[in-house]
Order: sequence, then C-alpha cells, then structure tokens
Amino acid sequence: MQLDQLYQEIILDHYKHPHGRGLRDADDPADQVAEAHHVNPTCGDEVTVRVATDGEVLHDISYDGMGCSISQASASVLHELLRGRGAGEAFAVHEAFVELMSGRGQVTPDEDVLGDGVAFAGVARYPARVKCALLPWMAFKDAAARAGVGASPEVKA
Amino acid sequence: MTTITIPEGMPQFDDVPRFDVAAVRADFPILDREVNGHPLVYLDSANTSHKPRQVLDVLTEHYARHNANVSRSVHTLGTEATEAYEGARAKIAAFVNAPSADEVVFTKNSTEAINIVAYAFSNASLRPDADERFRLGPGDEIVISEMEHHSNIVPWQLLAERTGATLRWFPVTDTGRLDESGLDDLVTERTKIVSLVHMSNILGTVNATARIADRVREVGALLLLDCSQSVPHLPIDVVDLDADFIVFTGHKMCGPTGIGVLWGRGELLAAMPPVLGGGSMIETVTMARSTFAAPPARFEAGTPPIAEAVALGAAVDYLAGIGMRAIQWHEKELTAYALDALATVPGLRIFGPTVPVGRGGTISFALGDIHPHDVGQVLDSLGVQVRVGHHCAKPVCTRFGVPAMTRASFYLYTTTEEIDALVGGLEQARKVFD
Repeated sequence: MQLDQLYQEIILDHYKHPHGRGLRDADDPADQVAEAHHVNPTCGDEVTVRVATDGEVLHDISYDGMGCSISQASASVLHELLRGRGAGEAFAVHEAFVELMSGRGQVTPDEDVLGDGVAFAGVARYPARVKCALLPWMAFKDAAARAGVGASPEVKA
Repeated sequence: MTTITIPEGMPQFDDVPRFDVAAVRADFPILDREVNGHPLVYLDSANTSHKPRQVLDVLTEHYARHNANVSRSVHTLGTEATEAYEGARAKIAAFVNAPSADEVVFTKNSTEAINIVAYAFSNASLRPDADERFRLGPGDEIVISEMEHHSNIVPWQLLAERTGATLRWFPVTDTGRLDESGLDDLVTERTKIVSLVHMSNILGTVNATARIADRVREVGALLLLDCSQSVPHLPIDVVDLDADFIVFTGHKMCGPTGIGVLWGRGELLAAMPPVLGGGSMIETVTMARSTFAAPPARFEAGTPPIAEAVALGAAVDYLAGIGMRAIQWHEKELTAYALDALATVPGLRIFGPTVPVGRGGTISFALGDIHPHDVGQVLDSLGVQVRVGHHCAKPVCTRFGVPAMTRASFYLYTTTEEIDALVGGLEQARKVFD
C-alpha cells in the first residue's frame, strides 16, 4: 500500500492548517444552533460539530476536536465544503462523501461535488481509517438534525 | 573500555540463562511473511502473541485425531480428549506453581476470569448463607488502581453498582509507578477485595505487590492479580505472590485465542457460588433445584474450549522448555536497548518507567504532536506492527493527559534489529508530519 495515497498533500495541508476550526456562536441571533459530540470508541478520537442555520442555509459549521490527521483534516474539509450551502445541497455532498468512504476504493469521486474531499478517496482503501474520516461527517449530520434540518444518521460512524 | 569484574561467588553475567533467538524465530511460521513489501516487524505481542508450530500442530492434531467432548463419554475418543484437557490443566497449574490442578479454572480469557470472581461476589451477596468473605453491601469497599485495563475496572464498577459497595483506587505516579503512599488509608477493614494489575499493559510497569499483599492479609480482604501481561513474560509463582486469585489469557502466551485461566486458592473457589449455570457444573439436578460440582468444574458450565486448552498446554510446554527466566532476561535486554534507542528520537516522550527495572518489554510513547494513528500508519507502511489508541486503559491516558499512545511490545522472538526498524520508522513519521 502506498502511504502517499492515504496522506495526500491536501489532507496534510488541512491537518496542519485547519480551516474554520473552533466552536463559534451564530452571527444571526435568530439562527437555530445545535451541536453534536461524537467519539470513536476504538481510538478515542473526538469531535464536536456545531451547526447554525435558519432552516434553509447552513450559515456556519464550526468544530473542535482531538484526533488523527485524517479525522481532523476531514472536519476542515467538511467546514469548507458545507458552510454557507443550502441544506439540501449540503446533504447531497454528505451523501457523496459517505458513498466515497464506503466504496473500498472502488468509487470515483466527483470533484465538482466533493472539492478537497476527493483527496479522501485513498482513505477508503484503509478500512481501519474510514471511521476516522467519517467521524466529523456523522457528527455534522447529528448536529444538523438537532438544529432542525435533515435527519439523524442511521449509521453511526 | 573498563571491564568490571564481578567478585567470585557472586552471580556472574554468564550465569543468566539464555536461548537462541534465531532458532526460536524459526518456530513461528508467521515471522517469515512480509507486510507492505517489508519483512514483518511484529511489535504488538502485548496485544496478542504469535503461535509456534509446536502449538499449531497440537491444535490440528487434537481435531484430526482425538476430537470428542470431555468429561461425559466412556468411549475411547472421549477418554483421550478428557485426558488431554485435564493434562493441560495440570501443566498450567505447574507453570504457575499452583498447589493443585483443581485450582485452575479454564475460562474464555482474563476478562471472563475477572467477571467470574465479580459475579461470585454478586451472587454471594444475594444469599444470607454465603461465605462472609464474598458478601458485599453498602460500606464495603473494592480497591483497584488507575493503571488497570478496562477488564479490571468495568466488572468492579458494575459489581459496586449492583451491591452498593464503594469502588476506590490507587493513583499512578508521574513516572508510571503505582502510588502506594496511601496504602493504609486505601486498604482498610472495609476492603473486601483488592484487584490489581501485575504488569501494566500500557506503561509496562511491573508492580511489586508484596507490601500490598501484606496489607490485604492484615485487613482480611482478598487479593486478585491480573497477570495477563506477566504470566507470558516472567516466571510466576502463585505461592510466592501470596495472591488469592490470578487471571491470565492464553493468546498472549503463544497459545490460541478463546482460552484463559482463573487460578484461585482451592478453599476460596470451594466457597464461591457458581456464576454460569449449565451442563458439567452440577452435582445433581431436579426440576426444583440443583446442587453443584466442586471447582474447577463448578465454574466451567457447558462444553469448554477443549482444543484451545490442550494447545495452551502445548504453549506452556514450549515456554517452559525455553525457560521463563531466559525469556525474562531476553526481554530485559531488549527493553534496555529500546529505551536507549527511543531516547535518541527527537520529540519522543515515554509514558511509564524509563529505566529497565520494575518494568517489562512494553513501551508506550508519544512522538511530538503526531497522533498515534498516524504514527502507526506510517510504521505499518514499513512493515512495523505497533498498537495505537487507548489500549483499553483510558484512565492511564487521561492520567498522562493524552487521548492515545503508540505502543511497542516485545516477546521471546523479538530482536534488536526490529527495534532499529521501529526507530527508523519513527524518523519516517516525523518527515511526513513535520
């Protein structure tokens, strides 16, 4: 297995220079704000994702966490991809990311949909690391549901 | 170079028993394989050990030639299987110097062995006629330590919840030793059982238990030692340890998975109520009630892991053939080498004792700020297999302020070249993440 398939430059960049890290209050006091804290019990990685939304648009997705490069970079990419998007669009991206991660390396990602998320295609070949990549995405879906958009994930990462 | 001469009559360096590591490695078929294009460097024996051909052959031979259920057949195969199963029990008893083979209860693993003791307490607490030593209630105390594997924490938490007893624990010092300074306040007349790890699966610390054992005797409590990490690596003598129970597991000592041991003083096992009910553990059964067999059968309900027990007997033969003193010394030399080698890696912090005294060949560390998962992944790409994560000892990670650690652990087949490969791999990890 090629290590650089897993640790693509994009992933290492997001890990070393995370985008939008830190939990924030909503700019608009009328927004619904909710968060979810997810842990990976096998390794102890943790992430909290907070969503601020008016029910249509995800005005902010902020996060904080502790974990490996894959889980932390994944949270940074999540923030970048979904912040400011309409809820429906965001869930489509979410679905594409989950599909990519569940594909055992057989799914060809669409860069137009997934942006920097395509860098995680290599992670899907490492079953032990798929949960790391999905951790913030599952927390996001939970947080969004609590903020009144979408439904809670059926599959817990 | 200065040569120090040890005076005549004193133990000499060459007196230490040794063995041929290359010959031992040849017994382990898996050590020939490659991982990700590199020779396998297996540094995860604290997690599970590999199995020598001698053990694998016995496992296959049992199923191929002697397969039958035990303790219930008059036919030839049944007799052979029973003799092999009971023979293994005797070998294991001798291996830990148990006074009687009947003191060895076969379990699934250490976890089940601890749970049997915890549930025996629980069951005794519901019966007014049960032995007082096993009856727990509000005001009674259970003592463990902050150094335990989850398997020696959770069963006691659950027992405390069921009975209203209080759970207390020994803290751990900054250098990763058991903090015994509060011993007399912690272990008191209120204490019913002290359950401690003998060798930490995460810090590598080998606890000196004599003082604690003395205090346990003084207050009339019971002492259980979790020897999962010590029985595979050190000579263990239950009489010397002055414990009431010890537990260990087969797969960490060259045996198969699915077989573990609860050793208990005969008199105590006899006073314990049964835990799992079913076939083979009874004396007689009527529709209204049952009476129970003497130990060890009382605690072995149902068809046991027969082939696994027999193969564990073969593992014990294998280890005893090499000599536990020799294995202990080999690992001591490896540990000294590894502690020195790891000290040369910039940014590396060792959790636990940094001297090869009062510790075994299990070393956990942090490499700068690089997450252990990432360290483990880079090492794996080079064929080096280490464990990363919380090692089922989250309170230890919390104690040292980290969510996870990287752990390298050695065994009789480990070489200094493998430790060099680890150190080389850590350099590689620093290059990827710095």
